Amino acid sequence: MKKTIVAASVLFLASSAAAFAARADLVLGMVLEPPHLDPTAGAAAAIDEVVYANVFEGLTRIGSKGEVLPGLAESWTVSDDGKTYTFKLRAGVKFHDGSDCDSADVKFSLDRAMAEKSTNAQKGLFAQIDKVEAPDAGSVVIGLKQPQGEFLYNLGWGDAVIVAPETAETNKDKPVGTGPFKFDNWAKGAQIVIARNDAYWGEKAALEKATFRIIPDAAAAIPALLSGDVQAFPNAPAGDALAQIKADSRFKVVIGATEGETILSTNNKKAPFDNIKVRQAIAHALDRTEIIAAASSGLGTPIGSHFSPANAAYVDLTGTYPHDLDKAKALLKEAGLENGFKATLKLPPVPYARDGGQVIAAQLKKIGIELELIPVEWAQWLEQVFKGKDFDLTIVSHTEPNDIGIYANHDYYFQYANPAFDKVMADLTGATDPAKRTELLQAAQKILADDAVNGFLFELPKIGVWDAKVEGLWESSPVQANDLTKVKWVD
Amino acid sequence: MIIWLARRVVTSALTMLVASLVVFAVMEILPGDPAHLMLGINATDDAIASLRAELGLDRALAVRYLAWLGGMLTGDFGKSFTYSVPVIDLVRERLVVSLPLAVLALALSTAIALPVGLFAARHRGRAPDAIAMGGAQLGVAMPNFWFGLILMYVFAAWLRLVPAGGFPGWSAGLWPGLKALILPAVALALPQAAILARVARSALIDVMGEDYIRTARAKGLPENLVMRRHALRNALIPVLTILGLQFAFLVAGAVIIENVFYLPGLGRLVFQAINALDLIVVESVVMLLVAAVIVVNLLVDMSYAIVDPRLRTQA
Repeated sequence: MKKTIVAASVLFLASSAAAFAARADLVLGMVLEPPHLDPTAGAAAAIDEVVYANVFEGLTRIGSKGEVLPGLAESWTVSDDGKTYTFKLRAGVKFHDGSDCDSADVKFSLDRAMAEKSTNAQKGLFAQIDKVEAPDAGSVVIGLKQPQGEFLYNLGWGDAVIVAPETAETNKDKPVGTGPFKFDNWAKGAQIVIARNDAYWGEKAALEKATFRIIPDAAAAIPALLSGDVQAFPNAPAGDALAQIKADSRFKVVIGATEGETILSTNNKKAPFDNIKVRQAIAHALDRTEIIAAASSGLGTPIGSHFSPANAAYVDLTGTYPHDLDKAKALLKEAGLENGFKATLKLPPVPYARDGGQVIAAQLKKIGIELELIPVEWAQWLEQVFKGKDFDLTIVSHTEPNDIGIYANHDYYFQYANPAFDKVMADLTGATDPAKRTELLQAAQKILADDAVNGFLFELPKIGVWDAKVEGLWESSPVQANDLTKVKWVD
Repeated sequence: MIIWLARRVVTSALTMLVASLVVFAVMEILPGDPAHLMLGINATDDAIASLRAELGLDRALAVRYLAWLGGMLTGDFGKSFTYSVPVIDLVRERLVVSLPLAVLALALSTAIALPVGLFAARHRGRAPDAIAMGGAQLGVAMPNFWFGLILMYVFAAWLRLVPAGGFPGWSAGLWPGLKALILPAVALALPQAAILARVARSALIDVMGEDYIRTARAKGLPENLVMRRHALRNALIPVLTILGLQFAFLVAGAVIIENVFYLPGLGRLVFQAINALDLIVVESVVMLLVAAVIVVNLLVDMSYAIVDPRLRTQA
């Protein structure tokens, strides 16, 4: 009898201890495996999805709402002419290998990104930097060639993180940063594990361990969630199966925004698309609701220009060219193409493009434009469409944050050129006053909408699915990242 | 036998040389620039040029082919563009998944196919034969990725007996590792078993009409012994041929199954590398697979000689 009581109380103790100790590990599913783990040497979003804010940190960082927050720089001052930034670094920051992170590392990292031999995928971010100086261990002075309103934002990109000279060359395989998580191991093709950094300078993470499991097949993602093998899909590939997950109280489905403007990109230099009337006709012929239903399970937000609805400076321009087939046909007639014409539509291997392409082809057919759908792989797309400008139309999501400036680059693949727009962009670069910047950004959005540069379709949604007991994952993705610093299990 | 073997080795080497040319040419014809793909759409031209130089892509085509070929002869399979680690290390990491998977699937399909074939042949033309061959027909027709998903839903999501996919690594222990391979092996093996069972059945039926079977039966040997000692042994040659061919299909099928079950195997490595235009990985791994298929076929040819003594003297 006595034995039984002891056994029972031991059992009780054991189970209550388990109940009180919150779970401290998390398995996240991701579709694409990062090619390597150095965010300063590659454009793949999957790199930042693992290491941004977790393993590596920059001088500034981007928060969950797209705001600029202090990172390794505790504070900064800007000179009156807007050309000199003085950063005060946090004290006591250490790299995961135990060495100190000071101003010399900052100077090294930025110089490396700007260098002639640099293989930084966003080298353009650093183009305005004239020189980087480290007057003492705790401060960094950056001189710009000309004032740049978005400079602090640019420093928050994953491509601008601070690395140590000793480990910079091996970060691809064994990333060493300053973040709240340390790289633990990478079983290539299977998973990447990061573990809590107990020597972190700031608030320590609640999770002890996070595993990023690579699940390339969309159909396999659902059983992985249902079986409990994976507890979170921050970017779920689930389209059709979403309803099944939504109905299951064990999971939360969170639809957020991304910075991905999904557009029917149009070759503005090629006839007949060089005629604004043709582009306007296409804009009138597109029915966004139908496209969004097919290309993003009805979850995307319609856009009327190249700008994210999540941004404070957003204006809704979806009504510029409302869906109106008669107007579209009339415009084509004015352009001398009342009998329609034939064109090609190149589709990269992503569901939004392949599914959306079918619908767009059907819609444009109604005004006599016959589209030939040509599926391409990403490498081909880059070579033919992006670099070779050999295309009529293509569908692509521009996921880089705040990238409206690409329209001022006349050599950019859709080859838009409008001096009025360029002027607004030049003014924006020099503007640091927030109200003035908003005004300019809105003017820029309007010009693009009026010129019907591209078919502006929708903002790509971020479909997050995770265990209902998990808290703290980002709802939206202002930058492509899975910031795990605030993630925890709750009961 | 020695001369025969030497001749086979020489032709195999020539086959591989031709294969290397084809593989290299096909990969180089693929449109796209690996460096541009890695750096994305915001990359500046000089950053792409620097990366091209770093990857050795700025050298002439012939120079790169000869360097690759020479490297392989000395055991150097090059360095992955994307992962920046030696290809041979990647292959070694992946082989510990793919090889057990292939062996398991091959063993499973043989273990299912031979008894079913034998059973169907014995009851030829009657109900059991029809049922067995109907099942086999279903197995041949069923796409293995779909079958894999069904297995996943039943055994992982519903019954929770095995993980839905992924591979914990052998360091997690023998059983967890094997557990992760069970469903993919079944998904891979069943369609193969279906084909093999049909071949085994028809080979057995052919053999059973032979005179020596009638003689064996006439001398009063029990039917089981007739089947095992006389019929099965003679029917093995076509079965072995199919088994050898199936190895190549197994490699191809593994690409799909490893993707469905997200196993970090060789098939997935090739698939990922093609998408990332990691040319050197695709080229080297495909060459290794070509070598493996050639060696297996050689082994199959040699095993004919073991099964059929007549072939030994002929050679």
